[in-house]
Amino acid sequence: MAGAKEIRTQIGSIKNTSKITKAMEMVAASKMRKAQNRMAATRPYAEKMRKVIGHLFHAHPEYKHTFMIEREVKRVGYIIVSSDRGLCGGLNNNLFRKLVKELKEHRDAGTEVEFCTIGNKALGFFGRFGGNIVSQATHLGDMPHIEDLIGTVKVMLDAYAEGKIDRIYIAYNNFVNTMTQSPTFEQLVPIPSTMEEDLKHHWDYIYEPDSKEVLDNLLGRYVESLVYQAVVENGACEQSARMVAMKSASDNAKNLIDELQLIYNKARQAAITQEISEIVGGAAAV
Amino acid sequence: MAMTIHVDIVSAEGEIFSGVAEMVYAPAVMGEVGIAPRHTPLVTQLKPGEVRVDTGSGKDMQHFYVSGGILEIQPHVVTVLADTAIRAADLDEAAAQEAKRRAEEAMADRSAEFEYAKAQSELAEAVAQLRAIERIRKGKRG
Repeated sequence: MAGAKEIRTQIGSIKNTSKITKAMEMVAASKMRKAQNRMAATRPYAEKMRKVIGHLFHAHPEYKHTFMIEREVKRVGYIIVSSDRGLCGGLNNNLFRKLVKELKEHRDAGTEVEFCTIGNKALGFFGRFGGNIVSQATHLGDMPHIEDLIGTVKVMLDAYAEGKIDRIYIAYNNFVNTMTQSPTFEQLVPIPSTMEEDLKHHWDYIYEPDSKEVLDNLLGRYVESLVYQAVVENGACEQSARMVAMKSASDNAKNLIDELQLIYNKARQAAITQEISEIVGGAAAV
Repeated sequence: MAMTIHVDIVSAEGEIFSGVAEMVYAPAVMGEVGIAPRHTPLVTQLKPGEVRVDTGSGKDMQHFYVSGGILEIQPHVVTVLADTAIRAADLDEAAAQEAKRRAEEAMADRSAEFEYAKAQSELAEAVAQLRAIERIRKGKRG
């Protein structure tokens, strides 16, 4: 019977695929653990940074930094954090879908949009559709370093300081838990002041060498640390999304193999039965 | 008991030190500063050097090398935001130029207008694929 051999090769190829997905699942699981540790390690810095910035908003510096001043929005910039590689379920697509919706709103409101992409997938997606990408970074690897991001972010911040962009957002996947990642947008600059103005005591820091230089430095680092955190978090999301996707792929392969095995056995049995009945029929005729 | 001040030394890639101290010395750009408890609020940049933490209790000082960063002082808290990267204005500028150049390369021979219809159709396609996979999986199980 011709079908039996075909089914057998099909089973063989599915088995090979499932070996690959199984291996990828395990690799992603171990990488995820590392990525989660890295995420935890960056948290103290971000928290301290936020605290310092919070203090700064309470203080009354004689010099108002541009990052702290709201202005009319004519152009906005998006820093989009994505993964470098695919095969991680709907992680990047969900983010892009939500983003496209928001970009449409911007366009309807008449504001122009510029992109800064981090990761291959965002570059590919927004490059294909011809958005205006002003800077990009790819191949950050499993261990992103902050120096890989400095230049990319600086392009955006410079554009903001020059008044070419009036607001900068960041779009990334927020790590909720292993099963859930939620696409998140946050406003980076102007720094949203959620803290109420505390007018009780009027105080200010001593700045060395002077407030402008220190604030330039501090706020630049603040934005960089937020971007870095987003990148690290997105990395953890990528690994966990891949792990889940590969797990379901392995499960699917297993189900498929079971079904095909059943069909194969039936086909084989049918062939044997047919052969026997032919022999019996032939013997009866003699 | 002597007065103490809380010290946090963190870098973007991890926490370095957290604890109480009687005195902290840090290499500020204007010269080394020594910080005792109830210091007046101060923010300054750090240059590459050593942060020393005197934890009292007669033990040796703890030394930490920083390649720069920001020092923030509140009367009872000292925060050192250490850099992991080596920073200099021209280095940053070079990195920014590099990022821009890469983007321009990627952008070459592509239209400048963001095509929403196309983007949306591609997304819809991808999402439909994902949904189909989901459905197949559920169907197989059910």
